[in-house]
Amino acid sequence: MASALINVPKRAKRGDVIEIRALTSHIMEPGYRRTAAGEVVPRDIITSFTCRYNGREIFRAELFPAISANPYLSFFTTVSESGKFEFEWIGDNGFSQTASAAITVE
Amino acid sequence: MPGNHPSTRRRFLETAGSAALAGALYRVTLQPAGATPAMLNSAIRNLVGEAPLRTGKVKLDIPPLVENGNTVPMTVSVTSPMSADDYVRSIHVFNEKNPQPYIGNFHLGPTSGRAQVSTRIRLADSQKVVAIAQMSDGSFWSASIDVVVTLAACTEEL
Repeated sequence: MASALINVPKRAKRGDVIEIRALTSHIMEPGYRRTAAGEVVPRDIITSFTCRYNGREIFRAELFPAISANPYLSFFTTVSESGKFEFEWIGDNGFSQTASAAITVE
Repeated sequence: MPGNHPSTRRRFLETAGSAALAGALYRVTLQPAGATPAMLNSAIRNLVGEAPLRTGKVKLDIPPLVENGNTVPMTVSVTSPMSADDYVRSIHVFNEKNPQPYIGNFHLGPTSGRAQVSTRIRLADSQKVVAIAQMSDGSFWSASIDVVVTLAACTEEL
C-alpha cells in the first residue's frame, strides 16, 4: 500500500525560505530488469510529482527509471502566507497519490 | 575449468584484483542497450538546442565512490539570486551509461527561494552524471561529475 511522508515546517516567518521533503513508497520498477526466465519486468514508475502552494504550482518534477525506489525529493520555496501545500504523484498503471501539509506564516 | 563460465570464486578474485588495482568496478549482469555517450549528447542537445552550454553556476553533489548504485544521494544546487527577474527555471540531470540518459527534470520558479534539489538516483555503471540548469534569461549552465559504482543498478536479474 502506497503511503507518503511529507516534511514541511509547521510555522515560518513571512518571506522565509523553507525546505520541503517528500517521500513516497513506490517500487519504481525501471523496466530493464529481467526475471531468471529472461522476461523483461514491465516498467512501473512514478513519472510526475507536483507541489502546489495554495493552489499555485511551486515545484514540479518529471521522474525517470533512474530515480531510486521510494522516490525522495527535497526542494525549497519562499513562504508568503498561511495555507496548504498539496502534493501529487502520478505514475504508470494509473498510479496516483496525493498528500497535503499546512503551514502557519506569521 | 569445466564449462564456459568461470567459477564464482574465480570471478570474485578477478574482481577483487582488478578493483584493487584500478579502483574499477564490475557489472552483475552484462546487458546490451545501455545509453551511450552519444545518447547523452543528443539528450543534452534536445534540451539546449543551439544555445551555448556553459560550465559553472551549477554544483552537482554525488559521492565520488558509490557502493550501491540502486540509491545514490544526489544534490544539485545553482548559484542564483532567485529574484522575480533572475531565477532558475529548471534543472535537468542526465547520465552516460544507464539504459536511458534521463534521470530527472525539476521545474522551479522565482518563488523557490533557493535553487537546490535533492533526490536519490540509480546508476547502472561507473559513469559521468551531468546537471544542466536553465536560467530565466534562457541561458544554460552545467556541471558534471564522474562517479564510480561498485554494485550496479537497473539491469540486474531478479
